[in-house]
Amino acid sequence: MSQKVDINLHHITRLEGHGNIVVNADNGKIEKIEWQVSEAPRFFEAFVRGKDYDDLAHITSRICGICSIGHTLASLKATEAALGVEISEQTTFLRKLALHAENMQSHILHVGYLVAPDLFKVGSVFPLINTHTDAVLKIIQLHRLANEMSDLICGRTTHPIGLVVGGFTHVPTLAELKVLKSRLISSLDIAGQVAEILVNNAHMFPNFSRETEYIGLTTNNEYALYDGVIGSTDTGEHPVKDYQSIVNEYVVPHSTAKHSKHKRDSYMVGALARFNLNSDKLTPMAKEIAEMFDLKPISFNPFMNNIAQLVEYVHSVEDSIIIIDALLMRGTKTEEPIKIKLKKGRGIGAVEVPRGILFHDYTIDKKGKCIKANCVIPTNQNHGNIQKDMEAMVPTLLDKPKEEIELNLEMLVRAYDPCISCSTHYLKVKFV
Amino acid sequence: MKPKVAFFDFSSCEGCQLQIANLEERIIDLIEVVDVVSFREVMKEHSDDYEIAIVEGSIQRPMDELRLKDIRSKAKILVALGACAHTGCVNKLRNEWPVEDVKKEVYGKANISDNPYFDVFQTKALDEVVEVDACIPGCPIDREEFIRIVTALVAGKKPSIPKYPVCVECKKNENICVFDLGKFCLGPVTIAGCNSACPNFSHECEGCRGYLEHAHMDAQKDVLKKYGLSVKQMLERFNIFNYRKEGY
Repeated sequence: MSQKVDINLHHITRLEGHGNIVVNADNGKIEKIEWQVSEAPRFFEAFVRGKDYDDLAHITSRICGICSIGHTLASLKATEAALGVEISEQTTFLRKLALHAENMQSHILHVGYLVAPDLFKVGSVFPLINTHTDAVLKIIQLHRLANEMSDLICGRTTHPIGLVVGGFTHVPTLAELKVLKSRLISSLDIAGQVAEILVNNAHMFPNFSRETEYIGLTTNNEYALYDGVIGSTDTGEHPVKDYQSIVNEYVVPHSTAKHSKHKRDSYMVGALARFNLNSDKLTPMAKEIAEMFDLKPISFNPFMNNIAQLVEYVHSVEDSIIIIDALLMRGTKTEEPIKIKLKKGRGIGAVEVPRGILFHDYTIDKKGKCIKANCVIPTNQNHGNIQKDMEAMVPTLLDKPKEEIELNLEMLVRAYDPCISCSTHYLKVKFV
Repeated sequence: MKPKVAFFDFSSCEGCQLQIANLEERIIDLIEVVDVVSFREVMKEHSDDYEIAIVEGSIQRPMDELRLKDIRSKAKILVALGACAHTGCVNKLRNEWPVEDVKKEVYGKANISDNPYFDVFQTKALDEVVEVDACIPGCPIDREEFIRIVTALVAGKKPSIPKYPVCVECKKNENICVFDLGKFCLGPVTIAGCNSACPNFSHECEGCRGYLEHAHMDAQKDVLKKYGLSVKQMLERFNIFNYRKEGY
């Protein structure tokens, strides 16, 4: 092999945030493979110091536009744990619906708008509007439903309004929930049709596997999203309070986003990690979609993360219907705000957001002001695994044309659906 | 000839660009009237030949400042998309702290000196670096307002945003005043245009759309007096989305 690989892709497209890939290879000898995150750091953990406990969720929601509901929930859980606030059953139900709405919105956006163009060999979803009009309209329909569900539960599609410490400022009526339920039921059919279209193009995903560790929340009674303990495919279960000994964040010079590792050099979080840990607790149609794509635990193929996202989309719809049924049985009411007694304390909130397990950890002083904050973001936990996948994948690609190497590596990064706003926010691909 | 439009982003959550995807079917109408030549978040293609640059995010580093100036030099019209670009949004909260302090708090002892990625200055809104021709305020932006402003630009008109406070929209929506719910609302001094989204959900306005110049301050002082609150407290709340060292 005499090829000199010298590629420079700047700002990978169809990703949330900016990053680079640097690859140097000459004569089959790899000199450098580097996954870089050069997004400008935003320092949330530093500037929430001194802020009131009841402002933290609405500030930290702004870490990410795509998973703002997840950040809000992790923030509220951490604050409530620090202050010893117990929430009602109704609040738990509504928070789970909010999280499902975000999972649906984020997954369909990523799979439908950002990944699908690779499967159809086009640069964006725009040309597909003309060539595959019906499929695009179906995807838009699913996306719209997810957003309108957020509007109903949270007051807005991005940066939720009504989710506050101790509960909700506004709750949906039973009539509104009934309409939502019937729309969710009819969307399952559309989701099935979208899956049929994608399964015919799934051969476009590179065939690549690398054994790694998968980490996510897990619990006995449901497919864990809102709550659970930390689960690992390598080491079993760990309490959330031990999260720092799982994530082990470290800084590398080529990235403003921190990296993580547990027992191996890296681990993966996100839809595929959750599927690998908890697939037996998926709803029935979600299981059928997994079978359609021959997705079985433990899958070590990172590209299957996008299929796991589709599976989870369907799970979120089906589980939302179950939650709405429970709410319809018991009724909804505007609850009195919970009286909060300020006290000094520390609380940790862990939530599964679209891209994986998210931790917020706050220390609050006796006046209710935050004095220390730590947020561990899913994408940060994945950066190390992306790097290791690239190191395993590049040697298999060196004899391919430059464009093909680029496309494969871009697709690999997209498979992780990285959210670099979250992890600090920046992604470029550069081969030097 | 359709005008060529390019989207760019700096330090932000990218939630305002997401609102464009959230136009759902109307994206199809949008691309019928404008030619989107660059939009990294959703398309691979890119061109430097554009008339309208729509820019999300705040400016935090010399490298970002250079990139924004380059965008400005290529665009006839530069639009600030969302609060990060318009006011600096929550990114500016870190300006309460010295740069070295926030670096140490987040990155600890890691050696990040002389590394351009980490070379941050105090956060700036776009208009502190280049001339901005139009703003789409809010955190996040209001999708209807986005359509209105883009439509005006495509028609060659100067876009405008409301010159009245959120209270006007809130009254029209017949909400109970959230001050009466015991909350501290910034609606009286905040630029309208969000259809009073937060008060509609019985939540106080947090001022994300920015300070309404020529707000009726006497009336606002009366409101604060009525509820036993001070101007100082109001400005502290306003700082979350609109931090200004020199105050208002």
